[in-house]
Amino acid sequence: MNTQASAMAEHHIPAENVEEAQTLLQICDLKKRFSLSGDFLDQLRFKGGKLVRHQEHVHAINGVNLEIMRGEALCVVGESGCGKSTVARTVMGLITPSEGEIHYDGQRIDHLSSRQLLPYRKRMQMIFQNPYASLNPRMTIQQTLEEPLRLHHPTWNRQQIADKVEEVMGSVGIDPDWGKRFGHEFSGGQRQRIAIARALAVDPEFIVADEPISALDVSIQAQVLNLLMEAQHARNLTYLFITHDLAVVEHFGTRVAVMYLGTVCEIATTSTLFAKPRHPYTQALLSSIPRLEDDRPQHIRLKGEVPTPVNLPSGCVFHGRCPYANARCIQEIPPLKMQDDGTRVACHAVEEGRL
Amino acid sequence: MALLEVSQLDVRFGLRQGEVRALRDVSFTLERGERLGIVGESGAGKSVAAFSLLNLIARPGFIAGGSIAFEGQTLNTMSERGLRKIRGNRISMIFQDPMMTLNPVLSIGAQMVECLKAHRRISSKEARAIALDKLRQVQIPSPEKRLDQYPHELSGGMRQRIIIAIALLLDPDIIIADEPTTALDVTIQAEIMALLLDLCEQHNVGLILITHDLGVVSQVTQRMLVMYAGRVIEQGPTREIINDPQHPYTQGLINALPQMATPGERLNQIRGSMPSLSNLPSGCAFHPRCDFIKRADGQTRPACIEQVPGFVQAGNCQVACHMVAELLEDRRLKEESQ
Repeated sequence: MNTQASAMAEHHIPAENVEEAQTLLQICDLKKRFSLSGDFLDQLRFKGGKLVRHQEHVHAINGVNLEIMRGEALCVVGESGCGKSTVARTVMGLITPSEGEIHYDGQRIDHLSSRQLLPYRKRMQMIFQNPYASLNPRMTIQQTLEEPLRLHHPTWNRQQIADKVEEVMGSVGIDPDWGKRFGHEFSGGQRQRIAIARALAVDPEFIVADEPISALDVSIQAQVLNLLMEAQHARNLTYLFITHDLAVVEHFGTRVAVMYLGTVCEIATTSTLFAKPRHPYTQALLSSIPRLEDDRPQHIRLKGEVPTPVNLPSGCVFHGRCPYANARCIQEIPPLKMQDDGTRVACHAVEEGRL
Repeated sequence: MALLEVSQLDVRFGLRQGEVRALRDVSFTLERGERLGIVGESGAGKSVAAFSLLNLIARPGFIAGGSIAFEGQTLNTMSERGLRKIRGNRISMIFQDPMMTLNPVLSIGAQMVECLKAHRRISSKEARAIALDKLRQVQIPSPEKRLDQYPHELSGGMRQRIIIAIALLLDPDIIIADEPTTALDVTIQAEIMALLLDLCEQHNVGLILITHDLGVVSQVTQRMLVMYAGRVIEQGPTREIINDPQHPYTQGLINALPQMATPGERLNQIRGSMPSLSNLPSGCAFHPRCDFIKRADGQTRPACIEQVPGFVQAGNCQVACHMVAELLEDRRLKEESQ
């Protein structure tokens, strides 16, 4: 137990080593807009006697730059609508980006066709939030786990596939008897275990997990989180972990990227972020976690609510709610700037030393 | 006498497969102005407990036994007409999903006025003035404008503020809040909880807060109940339970939180999952998942498997656990012999 614990602790790459670690995935200036105005004909409007084309967009991601190192767990946190799930889906190629590039192990993958993407799909797998929706209700568990193997190993015979399924079932703690049953016969935690088994079946090196434990009860969350950490340890996996639960991030993440309204406002190693949050939004976010301790630190109250991503605010997207905003924040978009300890923060107040 | 006194509440659902007992032997009290938390995982019966307080359990569910006394009146045997005078008026409810609670085709003002006029003989103008005042209390920006808006025009956090304003409309004695912030983001959740806490303190309103979030319970409530498979397994002052839980399930629940473990190390999980109510284990419903059914000598404690544990007093808390009962008994014997 002790050796296992210390081996797990090693997974947290210390800050100074992050720079030397090998980049597995690189996201460059990613942007994604979703059209709200429908087809071409729907976009036509009469204005002042003229036919004009009117378009409206949701700006889900606006210029995200991230890199994920081999063997780390990069957590992306933020509130609903901040674009964190869009980032995950774009990385997996489920959504085509409007602008920007995604490089996987040195190769650009965002513009590939689904056939060209197939070899990458084997190396990167996804775990979804809702295990009730992500398992095909008409497939048995055995079929569910065989499907990715059939697709990615077309030359394997039946025995090879069956052996692999049995192995992966064992590694995530699924009873082999479950194979004949259907998804609806299982509880949420068990289904998520099956979804993890399906992701691990093709021996990927990179896993995108989009809120994998948010739909589960507390005691089950711990089981699934432990399973994900064991898998990372045993298979040297790299995670892109999307969540809104900061307590999970603190426990699980190597590094954290905080997102707000489609932009990354702070990236830091987990311990640095929790010890010393820089960005005013990160500070507010951390202060609002309900803690068990009695001596609650006064939580930082933000004015207003998250603006709509249809009409983005000018300058810093957070300026309308930020207690430190000044004229420059309203006009100029702050870039991510490297700090002394390797943290990167996008905030004029931090840069100017006002904060 | 306590403001609300629930004793031996027994709620069942008559299903085709047989009767499911959703609540058994649930007893608790709430004093005026007190804040009580009910904690448990999904399927523990916490929402059923909340709904049954106002006799809102729909068929095939029914209250099979026990009593709910509010200021001495028994709610569970009261006529529908009598209940209507209490629901929303003396005891109001806040539900998890604000969109489901608000009527989408009525403006906010119309819904608030409707609620006031159902319970009081006042003019629409007076009702509107009260509604406006309540919206101010929940710190909604430009409240006059909101009265004429429809629910879909407002954000989730704003809608939940409206729901709180409606819950406060008739100056109730008790608010029952069923997972009021689960659908909201953390920063909004913190705001709404702070607001609810302030208002309850200001107006001396009792709060029954139902949640799965131990953090929220520990910040807001004074006393708490922990539920498992339809029963209360531990109850007492919130601080004492959070700091020193006695029941193995409560201990497991608190220890399973990521903040209780060293980052990067294994979390202390509880094995297995909550049993289905239609197929409960014998004896203590938690025994198949419990690490303490074995005694120090390695022998399994037979009582855990055979007998449903009763409450024992541990400090200011009541705990339903054979292991705790045995520990306390041992301690008592030791003290007596000295």
